[in-house]
Amino acid sequence: MSERVPATRSAPAPLAPTARRRRGFLQTYLTPKASIPPRAVLVLGAGSFVVIVVAWTLLADLIANPFFLPSPLTVVQAEVDMIQNLGFLGDVAWSTFRILAGFLLAAIIAVPLGLLMGSFEAIRAFFQPAINAIRYMPASAFIPLLILLQGLGENEKITVIWIGVFFQLVLMVMDIAQRVPSEMLNVAYTLGATRATVFRKVLLPATWPEVVDVLRITMGWAWTYLIVAELVAANAGIGNFILVAERYFRADRIIAAIISIGILGLMTDYLFGLFHRWAFPYVEKNAPNTGRRLFRGGR
Amino acid sequence: MSEIQFQDVAMRFRTRDREVRALERTSLTVPDGQFACIVGPSGCGKSTLLNVAAGLITPTEGEVLVDGKPTTEPGADRGMVFQSYSLYPWLSVRRNIEFGLEIKRVAKPEREKISSELIRLMKLTGFADAYPMALSGGMKQRVAIARALANDPQVLLMDEPFGALAALPRQVMQELLTDIWQRYRKTVLFVTHDIDEAVFLADVIYVMTTRPGQIRNTVPVDIPRPRTFDTLGTDAFARIRKQVTGYIHEESLRAVESELRVEASG
Repeated sequence: MSERVPATRSAPAPLAPTARRRRGFLQTYLTPKASIPPRAVLVLGAGSFVVIVVAWTLLADLIANPFFLPSPLTVVQAEVDMIQNLGFLGDVAWSTFRILAGFLLAAIIAVPLGLLMGSFEAIRAFFQPAINAIRYMPASAFIPLLILLQGLGENEKITVIWIGVFFQLVLMVMDIAQRVPSEMLNVAYTLGATRATVFRKVLLPATWPEVVDVLRITMGWAWTYLIVAELVAANAGIGNFILVAERYFRADRIIAAIISIGILGLMTDYLFGLFHRWAFPYVEKNAPNTGRRLFRGGR
Repeated sequence: MSEIQFQDVAMRFRTRDREVRALERTSLTVPDGQFACIVGPSGCGKSTLLNVAAGLITPTEGEVLVDGKPTTEPGADRGMVFQSYSLYPWLSVRRNIEFGLEIKRVAKPEREKISSELIRLMKLTGFADAYPMALSGGMKQRVAIARALANDPQVLLMDEPFGALAALPRQVMQELLTDIWQRYRKTVLFVTHDIDEAVFLADVIYVMTTRPGQIRNTVPVDIPRPRTFDTLGTDAFARIRKQVTGYIHEESLRAVESELRVEASG
């Protein structure tokens, strides 16, 4: 929240409370694109959770069958029970390990390759058509094949995540490198830079902030592929936990596990955001790039 | 001695169905230490001329000589300033200015001496450690000019550097630039479409024709230096301004007429 530039910055500060002109409620809240008081933003944001919980409670009361829809309280109790008695944190650890392994292996190859593809047309011309085609093959469709090839071990799950992340990430990184303004490079040439220097000292640093942005986005996708892989076949992990809970008709545990994934996702997103602010203090906060604004909204 | 010489430079592009002549054969020489402005209607190839001089594009014909030596590639002897500033957002003001020196591996104390001097001259004191995002448009362009000057180029090429600025900061920047130029006496080739700006800054103005561009008039500007804000009110300024405006006006009329002819025949 703190990084957000207050939209009312340019408005003159009111001199005294009595001097402030009161605007009508409708005028304040229903003027297109006009900003509303910061406190109202907070209240509305928290309000959406309240609405969800209330509607959920009412619906659970209405259905009155915890097999199908347990109440929020039951789910919280299930979560505590899972952590204390069912070793759920162990499943979380397994899933986190798989995500990190698959994601890092994808990023280590995709980021350099994407940067090269975005910078050199020869490399782009070679790789892009194939990667573009593979990108449309859903990672989850590879699971049966991977099970045949790799068995049911960790390699299979890591490969699924790798496939799901790698091909998207390469193209997104390529796009970033391609969008570096050519004048930025030309200035360096007129200052005496060689081609290698331009690549190292201009092109690469110009792409880093947005590369971290797309890593943040693809990390979210990695969670999806992981759960799919674990749902199909695994002996540990959050996906596996959900599958087992289904066999025992424990909707409360399923919902608790799903919410846990959401919280884990939010945490990684928050860490990426912290890192971004620490590493790139020079990036304009309201720069219209890669959904940064969009992703910041939730916190 | 660092003069820049265009010898029969011509530029043609080939599109799918025809050949576009962007720049007719053009020859001109900017002698050492002269401030030359090129003005002309948009699309006349004035920026092309500058990019050829910088070595960023290769002309279809002819060549550009700096001190009699042909140039084929961009180099540190020809500094360039673009309209879009093109500062490096991840570097502080000081490190932006030192960028060329860092590439040349100039030692740090020497680098800092040069950048401190330019920060002072360009009225950027107090902003040495700021990132470009914190600067106004005028300040950004002052950093870009300082960055080009820090490299001590023989020739300074400026492509509508003040084109994105509002009228007031633009005037202030022009005054600052004449002061700086008086101090460094670089050979400057300055492209603009602002006639007042050209008259205020230049020793000589080259007026270009509409596309395909070539130089149609050479207007010497004999207004004494140093030039200040008061220069704008002098008779000499008004006279030269009127003369150049007249040429540009004729060219614009010609452009409109040729557009009409194309419409009628097409």
